[in-house]
Amino acid sequence: MSQHQTPPKDLPEAPSTALTPAGITRRGFLKGAGITAAGTALIEGVQVFQREAVAAAPQNVKEFGPEPFPVTLQINGKAHALQIEPRTTLAEALRIQLNMTGTKVSCDRGVCSSCTVWLDKMPVNSCMTLAIDAVGHHVTTIEGISAADEMHPVQAAFVRHDALQCGFCTPGMVMSCAALLEKNPHPTEADVRYAVSGNLCRCGTYPKVFAATLDAAGQLASKA
Amino acid sequence: MNSFALADCSTVEAALSQLKDGAVVKAGGVDLLDRMKNGTDTPARLVNIRNIAALRGIHPTDQGLTIGALTTLAEVADDPTIRSQYTLLADACGHAATPHIRNMATLGGNLLQQLQCWYYRSADFQCLRKGKDICFAFSGLNQYHAIMDYGGCPSVAPSSGAVALLALDASVELTSAARGKRTVAIKDFYVQPDANPHRFHVMADDELLTAIHIPKLAPGTRSAYQKYGEKESHDWAIADAGILLEMDGNICRRAVVAMGAASPVVRRSHEAEAVLTGKPITPETARAAGKASMTNAMPLSMNGYKVQLFPVAIYRTVLLAAGQMDRDPSAAG
Repeated sequence: MSQHQTPPKDLPEAPSTALTPAGITRRGFLKGAGITAAGTALIEGVQVFQREAVAAAPQNVKEFGPEPFPVTLQINGKAHALQIEPRTTLAEALRIQLNMTGTKVSCDRGVCSSCTVWLDKMPVNSCMTLAIDAVGHHVTTIEGISAADEMHPVQAAFVRHDALQCGFCTPGMVMSCAALLEKNPHPTEADVRYAVSGNLCRCGTYPKVFAATLDAAGQLASKA
Repeated sequence: MNSFALADCSTVEAALSQLKDGAVVKAGGVDLLDRMKNGTDTPARLVNIRNIAALRGIHPTDQGLTIGALTTLAEVADDPTIRSQYTLLADACGHAATPHIRNMATLGGNLLQQLQCWYYRSADFQCLRKGKDICFAFSGLNQYHAIMDYGGCPSVAPSSGAVALLALDASVELTSAARGKRTVAIKDFYVQPDANPHRFHVMADDELLTAIHIPKLAPGTRSAYQKYGEKESHDWAIADAGILLEMDGNICRRAVVAMGAASPVVRRSHEAEAVLTGKPITPETARAAGKASMTNAMPLSMNGYKVQLFPVAIYRTVLLAAGQMDRDPSAAG
């Protein structure tokens, strides 16, 4: 895995069709011009291009990539600065770049929901969410669902009810069940079934997931 | 996924200015990222419209209801007005895909998702829809494919939202920088494969689907949508029915029977509608409507079962719409 820890450096250049004069970026131009030109001609060229770019650049459009660019993601209450490409998914940013491997990737197509994280407390598939679309939102992962080493009530209930077998779907399952309790503290079994209807468990441990989530809801209600 | 540049737009005007040179629009991104991960689509540039706040929301109007194209399926399914008045749209959006995908996927994106045929979705098969002259489904694996109206491509209409919106006589608002806004009825929005196998809809490359308009319903209108699939969740329908009934007491004044997974473009069964119109809704008339819906069926080698399944889906959904049956527990949606 170590070769995946840093973004690849040998990225292909953007296809020429993507770089129209209106869309050219200063960084992209300087990078290209640095190879082919030097001296005062370059300086003048930059100024001309800058003026044109400003005049032609539509308002309310921000250009990104295809090269890596810096962003800050708010994850589990903490700001993380990292470099991403436009194509980097949130799951890849979490697992490969930030080493937060609690979020699992199984299908990588939004079918199984093992990659479930919260965007502002709303459960989504991090494999089908571009990391850039998480900028400006609060991301919560399985690592941040509870404080320090304490278990979230849903996690504790999963342990009590033995609600996992191979465990690969469990982080996503817990995120879906905990999101349900955030929205609906008194769910019925039908509500739990609906909430995890996108979470595939190949071992078939659903009955215990339902029992654990209803138990966690009861525990939270008795504390409230 | 291929490497690409992304133009993040915060207004409709900004997004329209970017629709050129083969740039591809991304909203929720669910269908697009799937195709890009499959390698069938490799755009050099995406226009990200996900953050255009003006395209979100559900607004009652004098004419009915306007839904912003970026409103998520979950927001449509949970909206109290839609649930009570446009029940079949809430049903259709509330049972598409999975809960998490419904939190991400937009109604506009649901209408514009591309075919789910496994040959079309594979980078290894170059089919009629990709500019070649062969369809692999006719002689290959076709158990989920069309049973009517298919011409040269039997891949079925993938959007459950479109089934509901067809039944509701809804239309989409298309906006371009050069020509402004135009409105196209859902019934005219999709292109039959025989008319043009390379186009799925009539939207031009410089247009953006900005809103969905639904007209007011006649008093006494009741509706329901049910989807039958192999799995309870995530799967697309193998048979589905969107039923709208304008009732006068127990007599059905007007019936709409819409189907998605039967044909490449969402369709109405005028045969089934004729059976219901002017009659009381009973198990007998509902059953007769289901049977009539299969008048033109021509199943392929592996999907004859759909000719049995669709009549059941229509029978049960008609009774559900009429309030004579509870939601079918065996239905996927």
